[in-house]
Amino acid sequence: MKKASVLMIIGPLFLLGLFFNPLWNIMLGAPQYPEPLGMNIYITGIKGVSEFDLQNIDGLNHYIGMKVIPKPEDMWEFTVFPYVIGIMVFLGVAIGLLGYMNKVSYKWFLGWFILMSILGILGMYDFNAWLYDYGSNLDPHAIIKVVNPDGTPMTYKPPLLGYQKMLNFDVTSLPHTGAYMMFLGMMMTVVAFFVGKKAPIK
Amino acid sequence: MKKINYSILALLGLVMVFTGCNDSGKKSSNGALSSNNAEKVYVAPGEQDEFYAFMSGGYSGNLTVYGLPSGRMFKEIPVFSQFPTSGYGYSEETKPMLNTSFGFVPWDDSHHPDISQTNGELDGRWIFINGNNTPRIARISLKTFETEEIIELPNSAGNHSSSFITENTEYVVAGTRFSVPVPQRDMPINEYKGNFKGALSFVSVDPEDGRLDLKFQIMMPGFNYDLSHPGRGKSHGWFFFTTYNTEEANSLLEVNASQNDKDFIAAINWKKIEEYVNNGGGTKMPANYAHNVYDEGTHTATSTMKKEVLTVDPTKVPGAVYFLPTPKSPHGCDVDPSGNYIIGNGKLSADLTVHSFDRMLAAIEGKKFDGEAYGIPILKFEDVLAGTVKSGGLGPLHTEFDGKGNAYTTFFISSEVVKWKLGTWEVIDRKPTYYSVGHLMIPGGNSAKPFGKYVVAMNKITKDRYLPTGPELEHSAQLYDITGDKMELIYDFPTHGEPHYAAGIPAEILAPKSQKIYKLAENKHPMATLGVNDARVERKGNEVHVYMAMIRSHFTPDNIEGIKVGDKVYFHITNHEQDFDVPHGFAMIGANNSELLIMPGQTKSLVWEPKEVGVWPFYCTDFCSALHQEMQGYVRVSPANSNIDLSWSLGE
Repeated sequence: MKKASVLMIIGPLFLLGLFFNPLWNIMLGAPQYPEPLGMNIYITGIKGVSEFDLQNIDGLNHYIGMKVIPKPEDMWEFTVFPYVIGIMVFLGVAIGLLGYMNKVSYKWFLGWFILMSILGILGMYDFNAWLYDYGSNLDPHAIIKVVNPDGTPMTYKPPLLGYQKMLNFDVTSLPHTGAYMMFLGMMMTVVAFFVGKKAPIK
Repeated sequence: MKKINYSILALLGLVMVFTGCNDSGKKSSNGALSSNNAEKVYVAPGEQDEFYAFMSGGYSGNLTVYGLPSGRMFKEIPVFSQFPTSGYGYSEETKPMLNTSFGFVPWDDSHHPDISQTNGELDGRWIFINGNNTPRIARISLKTFETEEIIELPNSAGNHSSSFITENTEYVVAGTRFSVPVPQRDMPINEYKGNFKGALSFVSVDPEDGRLDLKFQIMMPGFNYDLSHPGRGKSHGWFFFTTYNTEEANSLLEVNASQNDKDFIAAINWKKIEEYVNNGGGTKMPANYAHNVYDEGTHTATSTMKKEVLTVDPTKVPGAVYFLPTPKSPHGCDVDPSGNYIIGNGKLSADLTVHSFDRMLAAIEGKKFDGEAYGIPILKFEDVLAGTVKSGGLGPLHTEFDGKGNAYTTFFISSEVVKWKLGTWEVIDRKPTYYSVGHLMIPGGNSAKPFGKYVVAMNKITKDRYLPTGPELEHSAQLYDITGDKMELIYDFPTHGEPHYAAGIPAEILAPKSQKIYKLAENKHPMATLGVNDARVERKGNEVHVYMAMIRSHFTPDNIEGIKVGDKVYFHITNHEQDFDVPHGFAMIGANNSELLIMPGQTKSLVWEPKEVGVWPFYCTDFCSALHQEMQGYVRVSPANSNIDLSWSLGE
């Protein structure tokens, strides 16, 4: 149980990586952008991969009537997410410590994982909803209005995961270091659960 | 009889068939060779060249940037000439760059570029180039590829033996080709001999920011100082100048300056003179020369008139200056990578004279003098001579080195490049040039560490090398592969202006630090419009200042009213882009100057004096975006006596 508890303490600490590393990354390449523009999505806000990428993405997006990329203060998520992650880290470490002291059973480990997974899925759902709004809630006075073959206005929602061709841009959306660290940390708590389950009960 | 005739004809026919076969055989082997050469110069689409080549523009006054081996031209950097393409010399910010003691001089004749060095090796911080006509030296940043500084040289005329730098870029050095009265005065021309002076200028370069300062001038006898090069390695601290017209003729020089069998290479121990000057030596004399500096932060140049120069009489500094007799009006003066050999390219001779630095020091030590000229000791020719290259060519002009013990010399009259071996002086190879080659260039070929892969020959005469374009043709360069024992001509390409010399450097040294944009946040231009809310129009008497911003794809403001006939309108325009390669242009109908091409983050100003009532458009000249054609605006010009208030707007 001690081994399991140590894993349970370390695992949630990996989530702290989200404060320093991007959760997600979206890259936009085009013929005239051989060095693609890119945005890194942190739990605290969106930053350009290079210094002026956000400004340049906004500059291009204004042609098709997209809103500017939100600042941290424009979206509640960037205020709430850090607290959620912080609380979850605290909870996870606390459960681990209590497990180490044999105050709680290994089942709590799985409990934390399930809660974190639910929060993660909710977060992804929210992120996707934002992407949808960002890509389809367009200025009716946009300079360039493109319609799909069926006559509906073209929207520009970047993919949540993977690659998509949008007009002249090749858009790739992938998890970044923060997400990988979170995934690793969460997996450790699952391992902690199984190790704890196998451990002889004293 | 008839029969014989037929058989002779048949025989002739046979011979023709055979020679025909031979010819076609030759052609096909040439073809195979050519395709091999094609691979050597082929830089596939999207690929980049291995070297930068900076070629002087000669009478264009500028500096052009090429790639090697492709011969593709990347940029023309305006230096001494007004350049309407970018507004250089027309914009309010850059007009001061072309200020001189003669006032605004919008043109020059740029000759010899040289890249900054550290320990004798190319470091790629700056490139220097001389203005020959109105003596000036320019420093160009190799980060922005823009001219940052120009200093005028007083007491000088025909700034030709220039602008060559010392081993650690301590000095950029300039000798006068035409000797003149110093100070200038009204005197008969035929009293030249013994009365004119030849100034050799040593301009110090600040190691931090490259700022130039005319530290001292050596007032030499009134010869013509043609070309020069620094000592390197063991000869670091010396500078060598070729001279011609040691006859001091003042008319019909082509005859009268070609009488002496030998002219001189002047060897200058500049370290000794620097020490003399640092200890308070030399004479300050009144002067008047311009020093123009472009500030990257304010995007603006300022011109300052300097009023004094420190001159040095070489006879007052014992052991600082010697003359090395050198045959036949030498042109190029080149020092090999080891610093031991000083090559005098006697342009009216068939041979090359090579002096030895070691032997020169020994001759000075042994006081083996052969008289003196104006108090300057002349060393004995035989005592300084290292060897002679008997080439069989005619008219040697200039030599560079490959770093593998070989030297390459151009021969103007016999139109060829000759490869020879340092030390043994034997000729290894010779290849024709097309035609009448001036200088040649090996990247780093005048430094301690040449990159001996290519020779570029810069020819003076083009004739039939390209499709004809009327009487006036661009000059022609030839590229030789010098990696083998024999040189191989692999490419021909036209060059802009008249490149007198070039400087090459591996792309990997420069390309990574080439600047992409100017940061708007670092723009310190006093007239910059840093936010669109600062865009405005202000009147001061009949001067109107328009503070304008530009971004894809509009100007802020784009409608301006309240301008009157007789006003002097200053457009101060700031490009708000922060994206690589998104300049915007600005052109105003009827402006009596040029357009402006404004880089991201940069501010430039153009003056427009409206002469007629009306509504006059302006527009962006650089196809910046899909909405480029929409990037336009109007200025309403009212009669001089109208009382319409200034107003400006965007999107109203």
